Amino acid sequence: MILTKAQYDEIAQCLVSVPPTRQSLRKLKQRFPSQSQATLLSIFSQEYQKHIKRTHAKHHTLEAIESYYQRYLNGVVKNGAAPVLLELANEVNYAPSLMARIILERFLQEQEETPPSKSVINSMLRDPSQIPDGVLANQVYQCIVNDCCYGPLVDCIKHAIGHEHEVLLRDLLLEKNLSFLDEDQLRAKGYDKTPDFILQVPVAVEGHIIHWIESKASFGDECSHHAYLHDQFWSYWNRFGPGLVIYWYGFIQELDCNRERGILLKACFPTDIVTLCHSTA
Amino acid sequence: MAAVLESLLREEVSVAARCVGGSLRSTHSSEDEPGEAAALSALGPLRKEFVPFLLNFLREQSSRVLPQGPPTPAKAPGASAALPGSQLFPPTGPRGAGSAGSPSLGLSDPPNLSNLEEFPPVGSVPPGPAGRTKPSRRINPTPVSEERSLSKPKTCFTSPPINCVPSSQPSALNTSLWGLGLAPGCRSLQEEREMLRKERSKQLQQSPTPAYPTPESGSPLPSRTGSLTAEAADPARVSSCQRLKLVALVYSSCIAENLVPNLFLELFFVLQLLTARRTVAAKDDDLEPNPGALDPLESPLFQSVHDCVFFAVQVLEHQFQVLSYLDKGTLKLLAENERLLCFSPALQGRLRAAYEGSVAKVSLVMPPSAQAVSFQPETDNRANFSSDRAFHTFKKQRDVFYEVLREWEDRHEEPGWDFEKGLGSRIRAMMGQLSAACSHSHFVRLFQKQLLQMCHSPCGAGGAVWGEAPDVLSVLGADKLGRLRRLRERLVAPQSSGGPCPPPTFPGCQGFFKDFILSASSFQFNQHLMDSLSMKIRELDGLALPQHEPGDEDGESDVDWQSERRRFAVVLLSLRLLAKFLGFVAFLPYRGPEPPPTRELQDSILALRSQVPPVLDVLTLLRQGLGARRAVLTVPWLVEFLSFADHIAPLLAYYRSTFVLLLRLHRSLVLSQEHEGGTCFLNKLLLLAVLGWLFQIPTIPEDLFFLEGGQLDASEVDTVASEHGLDSMPVVDQQLLYACCPYIGELRKLLASWVSGSSGRSGGFVRKITPTTTTSLGAQPPQTAQGLQAQLAQAFFHNQPPSLRRTVEFVAERIGSNCVKHIKATLVADLVRQAESLLQEQLVTQGQEGGDPVQLLEILCSQLCPHGAQALAQGREFCQKKSPEAVRALLPEETPAAVLSSAESIAVGLAIEKACAWLSANITALIRREVKAAVSRTLRAQGPEPAARGERRGCPRACEHHAPLPSHLISEIKVRSSSLGDVLSLAVGPRDPEEGVSPERLERLLGQLGQTLRCRQFLCPPAEQQLAKCSVELASLLVADQVPILGPPAQHRLERGQARRLLQALLSLWKEDFQVPVPLQLLLRPRNLGLLADKRPREWDLLLFLLQELVERGLMGRTEIETCLGSVHEAQWPGEFSKELATLFNLFLAEPHMPEPQLRACELVQPNRGTVLAQS
Repeated sequence: MILTKAQYDEIAQCLVSVPPTRQSLRKLKQRFPSQSQATLLSIFSQEYQKHIKRTHAKHHTLEAIESYYQRYLNGVVKNGAAPVLLELANEVNYAPSLMARIILERFLQEQEETPPSKSVINSMLRDPSQIPDGVLANQVYQCIVNDCCYGPLVDCIKHAIGHEHEVLLRDLLLEKNLSFLDEDQLRAKGYDKTPDFILQVPVAVEGHIIHWIESKASFGDECSHHAYLHDQFWSYWNRFGPGLVIYWYGFIQELDCNRERGILLKACFPTDIVTLCHSTA
Repeated sequence: MAAVLESLLREEVSVAARCVGGSLRSTHSSEDEPGEAAALSALGPLRKEFVPFLLNFLREQSSRVLPQGPPTPAKAPGASAALPGSQLFPPTGPRGAGSAGSPSLGLSDPPNLSNLEEFPPVGSVPPGPAGRTKPSRRINPTPVSEERSLSKPKTCFTSPPINCVPSSQPSALNTSLWGLGLAPGCRSLQEEREMLRKERSKQLQQSPTPAYPTPESGSPLPSRTGSLTAEAADPARVSSCQRLKLVALVYSSCIAENLVPNLFLELFFVLQLLTARRTVAAKDDDLEPNPGALDPLESPLFQSVHDCVFFAVQVLEHQFQVLSYLDKGTLKLLAENERLLCFSPALQGRLRAAYEGSVAKVSLVMPPSAQAVSFQPETDNRANFSSDRAFHTFKKQRDVFYEVLREWEDRHEEPGWDFEKGLGSRIRAMMGQLSAACSHSHFVRLFQKQLLQMCHSPCGAGGAVWGEAPDVLSVLGADKLGRLRRLRERLVAPQSSGGPCPPPTFPGCQGFFKDFILSASSFQFNQHLMDSLSMKIRELDGLALPQHEPGDEDGESDVDWQSERRRFAVVLLSLRLLAKFLGFVAFLPYRGPEPPPTRELQDSILALRSQVPPVLDVLTLLRQGLGARRAVLTVPWLVEFLSFADHIAPLLAYYRSTFVLLLRLHRSLVLSQEHEGGTCFLNKLLLLAVLGWLFQIPTIPEDLFFLEGGQLDASEVDTVASEHGLDSMPVVDQQLLYACCPYIGELRKLLASWVSGSSGRSGGFVRKITPTTTTSLGAQPPQTAQGLQAQLAQAFFHNQPPSLRRTVEFVAERIGSNCVKHIKATLVADLVRQAESLLQEQLVTQGQEGGDPVQLLEILCSQLCPHGAQALAQGREFCQKKSPEAVRALLPEETPAAVLSSAESIAVGLAIEKACAWLSANITALIRREVKAAVSRTLRAQGPEPAARGERRGCPRACEHHAPLPSHLISEIKVRSSSLGDVLSLAVGPRDPEEGVSPERLERLLGQLGQTLRCRQFLCPPAEQQLAKCSVELASLLVADQVPILGPPAQHRLERGQARRLLQALLSLWKEDFQVPVPLQLLLRPRNLGLLADKRPREWDLLLFLLQELVERGLMGRTEIETCLGSVHEAQWPGEFSKELATLFNLFLAEPHMPEPQLRACELVQPNRGTVLAQS
């Protein structure tokens, strides 16, 4: 699951302008049968998010919004049951959930004259049955369930995966008899930055001292790793010393270059943990 | 002075002896005669003129032999500073040659010395194209040149080229400006020079052809590397053994008596002579025809390499004791030196023996990588900040600080990288955010801790001496690539250590902190930093370092002693680092390249500056240190502090007194005097080395060392006080000596470069010294000793082994601290629980909101805080119980019972004192804080997320957590066809024609959902909520018959029976397994009901069934359903659909307990659909 930069680039290359749908994922799986699905999905999702970040602005110009809205209206007038919004999103290469948001915002604006608040929009996206227009509600719902990179459903999934891996890690630590403080305990003590786990007695992994462990239920690509380094890993180092990051879905090999400096990357729970020996004498 | 020396050189020992008060009686005795040291002391007032004269003389003499060798810097203010009237021997008076007692005084100089200015003695312009900077002062010619004028900076560390025009008149005005101290000294030198000059011109007139070509002056000097082959030195060719022996003796005596400012500088000079390559070409022959010169000063002292080596070996014989304490590597090089073997086999034998017996290996340990200062909740959490904003600002600052540090680590060695350009603006932006004073102190604490962590070991300071190849190789063999690369870089470009007297620098990581201070340029930061550094210095300087009893026989004491020595090294190195930075920051506003241009200006600055109290009362600390015989701890850091003094500071009365004390100490540290209870040899050596270095610093007035001679004699150094001071304990070893004074390693470099054949100071291995010290500084003795009890306790410890005191203090400190934690975990935790239950009652009685939180808190605190009074009693009890246990466990078993019980009770007392002092001051605030946290916790829990509240069921007892993961079910992996979300997206469409689910799969899926919900292991509330929502959506799809079924095209719909079974399964999951509220009302939202509208033919039976079951199972109330249906009714529907819907409602409302509602209901609505109904 640890990919070289070249391997990673090959996968990323295949993901250029691919819509975030079930079908795309299936194709990707066929193309790279040796990679685990989870890794592929994670990379897919990250690449797609990069694509969206790049193109976000162009879908949010007044002209674009107006044109999407008109196309939506025309589409549903013809056939309200057809997947108008989803097809529109795929056609213009934008995430269906985000397209749904654009149209919903535009729709509400027309209805209520004042721009709707973010929380109202979010709430409607979470529960499309709140949307006053039945047709739009269906269209939005269709977008959300068909989007595998954005939307409330996906957010929830990501949250759940993160949580599951933390639980996994906790079990492994308990199994290895390593005492630790978890995030909640650290917060209660007033720590300003909290990794998932701080070991109360440091251990060594592959010759490196580990004071803390962070679980990341995603693939470690350059973009996300650098963001994590800046926002989290270095901050942990600054407070607790060297530590370990587990990217459960793998990472780019070349990113594991800060071992000497105190940030070790692994794609699984380490097997060769060296603990401090207490003399029994 | 010249006359004295001349007498000496004439071998008129008796004359010389008379002149110096008969002090050279033992001249012809062998080396190491203690009498000789004492001899020179009798020189009395003479010596302050004689010594600098001698040093200058030797440098000048050697200049013709060592034109290309690395110059030996020296610092002596010209000849001497003879005070008017005190001149017992006035040969060099301004009144001219005639007034000298010895009329033949070398006025007919040997011509090689005649062009003194063009051909400066040792310490002059370094040869070679690199223009290496020479950090130290040269001795002699400087007073003559205009460099000494007050208008020019004394850039001695850069070795000013002496380009004086020979005829230039020394400016009397200029010299007088220096004031009393320097003027007479300069004058006497200048007068001597003037005489020399006159004589020279006379000579030149007599013989118009210059006898001595001076190729060295002006013309480029030959490159030092490789081109010179060493001339073989031959004892048989020494020109004047007797004369050289005499000078060597006198010179050695000066060294032994500490009359020279810098011991190691002289050793360096001597080793230079030992390793001189060859004399300057063509001179030997020139001199040969003139063997019968009448004046001894006329014929050069060193006529050949043979002379140099002879002289050097003579001196080394006298200095054997010092040599024997050098590190093993240096001893090896000395013992293997073939010249030394050739000239003195005896000395070589002694050196070899010393080498073989030496254990003073300066070891090579890899530097630990930088570690961050750890976050300590006690000092760093929110409670330590004035506001949330300050807390979060500091959080960011900590990260920026380390980001900057990392960037510096990565880039500072890149060519062209500049600290200020690269990091300056970021640092200032960060400092700009530190608004509150409290934030400054937090940042300074971080800064100082990081400084100590990174730099207090000498490796951090970049201290380097030569290493032996095998060590380096063994390190290379074992280590990782990055380190290898760094090491190689270092090997390729050896560290410039700046010669035997480098200026104060910030090597290695220290550079980061220095540049940080400069770039930050924040006066608040500097002030806080000075405060903090001063405090830490006081704390460490006053640390009760153990008093070693040599008589302690038990085996353990050695182990103790080793660790004590390490502890001392850590404390000393930390102190030096802190003091260096304190000196840097404190004198920063006053530092400049030049001294004040005029005397008036200087006086006014002095008047102003004398008003300002010193940043740290170093004078008092020095006095205390000397009194307590702790000079070995205090002086080395004080030297670091003073080395940053500006030009004015040493002239201030306060600092002048400090210098006088230091000079007295220096004079008193005679190495050959060893007696019981005296200062240990290596301790002395360390003190001499650091003081010698200080005296070479350019901002320290040059005359200070020699000027104070008279005053020093007047009063004795006051070192009577305690008998067992640190000074008399062997706390310093070679490792520490070299760590503090890396420049001593220059001796080894010099010898090694002789061996390697390249005479330059480059090449070879650079080695890092890291003492194997731990970083912890140990526990501070609590500042609690007060009153009679405290005095008794002190007395008790006095006659006990030091480990006992440490143990007791340690136990008291820890138990006292644990006591506070214990109170927090017991008493305070109980009170918090009470607060929580009181609050719950309050909430029950007053409804959900419970009233104003502030008011609530006040009510609770007023009830609970009085209980805090119990803390003292409980704390006392805790200390009384725990302290004796700990003391007993830590002390050796043979400790006498009475001693043990005393130790226990003292530990109890100290622990109680510590704990109670804290508790009585803080318990109320602590309770308040904890209660406040509990209140806000409780109130938050009342908040909007009921799912998170209340008791949640766990897994069944025997659960093995093998249930499918929630995320799989929800649909993270939509391609996997077993997930709920996948089914939803299939159902909602669009879908490929071949896509669909089988009824079995749906059943399996619901079964898995049940497993997941029953195994709580991986469930988090959001996931469960999402599952609930998805299951409701699925129910809607089932009711509307919208689930695409795999199979032959005709069967694309789910059988009614299957659908009903699936709905039953869902109902049971909702009822039994979900622990979060299931959003069942979604079923009746227009969107979900609308699914039915699309379907033709419409079938209502499943919906009715579902609604009845919901009521039956208590999942929804009838009224709730009615309300939902009512609102659905209001929505816009196609007319026909609306009608059917209305009928359904009526049915539902009319027949609440229909056993098989679907049949009749559907018949009523659509009687023609009998076929469909029959299926169910």
